[in-house]
Amino acid sequence: METWRKRRTLFLALLAPGTLWLVVFFTLPLVLIALYSVSEQGDAGETILTLTFENYGRAFDWVTLGILWKSFWIASAVTAACLVMGFPLALGIAFAPRPWKTPLLALVALPFWTNLLIRTYAWIAVLRTKGHLNNALEWTHAKGQAAFAALGWPDALGPFVPLELLYNDWAVIIALVHIHLPFMVLPLYAVLEKLDRAHLEASLDLGAGHGRTFRSVIVPLSMPGLATGTVLVFILALGNFVAADLLGGSDSMMIGNLIAQQFGASSDWPYGSALSLLLLYATFLFLWLRALGHRRRGEWAPA
Amino acid sequence: MGAGMIVRRTHAARPLEYGRRPWMLAIFAANFLFLYFPIVMLVAFSFNNSRRNVLWEGFTLRNYGLAYDNAALHEAFLNSMIVASGSTLVSTILGSALGMALARFRFPGRAAYESWLHLPIVIPEVCMGIALLAFFALLDLPLGLMTITASHIAFSIPFVAVVVRARMQGFDPALEEASRDLGASDWLTMRRVVLPFAMPGIVTGALFAFTLSIDDFVITFFTSGPGSTTLPLKIYSMVRFSVPPEMNAAATVLIAITVALVLGGIAIQSRLDREARR
Repeated sequence: METWRKRRTLFLALLAPGTLWLVVFFTLPLVLIALYSVSEQGDAGETILTLTFENYGRAFDWVTLGILWKSFWIASAVTAACLVMGFPLALGIAFAPRPWKTPLLALVALPFWTNLLIRTYAWIAVLRTKGHLNNALEWTHAKGQAAFAALGWPDALGPFVPLELLYNDWAVIIALVHIHLPFMVLPLYAVLEKLDRAHLEASLDLGAGHGRTFRSVIVPLSMPGLATGTVLVFILALGNFVAADLLGGSDSMMIGNLIAQQFGASSDWPYGSALSLLLLYATFLFLWLRALGHRRRGEWAPA
Repeated sequence: MGAGMIVRRTHAARPLEYGRRPWMLAIFAANFLFLYFPIVMLVAFSFNNSRRNVLWEGFTLRNYGLAYDNAALHEAFLNSMIVASGSTLVSTILGSALGMALARFRFPGRAAYESWLHLPIVIPEVCMGIALLAFFALLDLPLGLMTITASHIAFSIPFVAVVVRARMQGFDPALEEASRDLGASDWLTMRRVVLPFAMPGIVTGALFAFTLSIDDFVITFFTSGPGSTTLPLKIYSMVRFSVPPEMNAAATVLIAITVALVLGGIAIQSRLDREARR
């Protein structure tokens, strides 16, 4: 790698245009909402910079705290579910015969490339009262009913009552797990794939069972991937607002929805900016925690 | 390099062949069922011959005809293509240049610069969306295809830069020196030596940028104005207010486009890997 001084013109010609674009269309807008977050709204709806912290204070009233808590809770549940489903999957792919690995990984990654809205909509069709899941249940119910009737016990199961699966927190969690599972599997796979098999063989040879080997060898050695996947899924789920918007009930609002609302119907930009900044700080906090963990183990991973 | 790779399939599963244990196969099945069931049902029901689209009532292509004849969908599709093309063109040029500079030069503040460059990838999309909305409003720019495209370029540049930079790390600077020693100008060296080497990375980056743009909902949601509805925005309003029968067909077309782009990207990537191994 050469130093930039040797070829200043080329260096600037390559670096400057992209940097300029990102400064204008990324950094400046973020600085702007940082300023808005300490501003007040005037009578005509204009924004006046008054260096007030009132907008941040409003994020700590009970209603907002409830929404923040719910976002936190949903993001945690999503992360936990992704971990429980994703870890065995990543392990299985990492230990699969070589020619299978790439197709299996592609199968995991492909839904990630399917539009976010389409995947959310697909869940509506599955979960709604007359959705695929309830149809399957109704069919099973009818067959069971017929079987009991044949045994001389008509109407043993009672009438079919469809499950209310949509427009609640669970629907939001299911869709968010579906959206973010690849973000857990891919970093986990990356570490499991490089894991030295000799460690596992040693553990098994020394009499530890598979459970013990998993707990005491595999999990500690896959910590970097585990941390990356957990942080990624958590911050992505925390900031998502489409799932709660389309699949949640009237009480399923998450912080992303609250922010979107301030820039839409409620039209309270300073408050929305303050909430965005809080979400950004939370994101940075988790990224920083992960970086800290990496540094402690003397590793480095790009963001 | 475990025993798992070279073993023939007739062997009983060895201790580390987790991939061949029945419970592992059950986990695979459960995960892939979960990942694919909703999408497969959506695609299957785009061929369903039923107005209410609740139960399967036979195969038809009518929904695709309806989607094709739907003027609003047509316009949304066209808008998506305009935005994605513009965004891909600009972000590929700017991002590739950035990636090349990062692979080649040492400069003060490099680590901090790279963290900053990765920010658009990691921060919540809703924050970037509302920030851009506030920014465009302050400048009194009318929201429309221009503002959407400018925003898409911003979030695509880091992705392109990362891909091209990874490619350029395998570039041997001696090739460039040789070219110059043989009398080629800087410009000719760039065109005939550096760019051809970078090309697979640039093409992958461009496909990446196109897919990101055509798929984006959140940032487009905040930076679009009247008359600049893109396909994801149109699908959103269809889902929210009514689900017409052509909805599944439109969604399936969008899925097909992205899958084709991703498979194209994978094909280029694997050709690149094969070249590298030679």
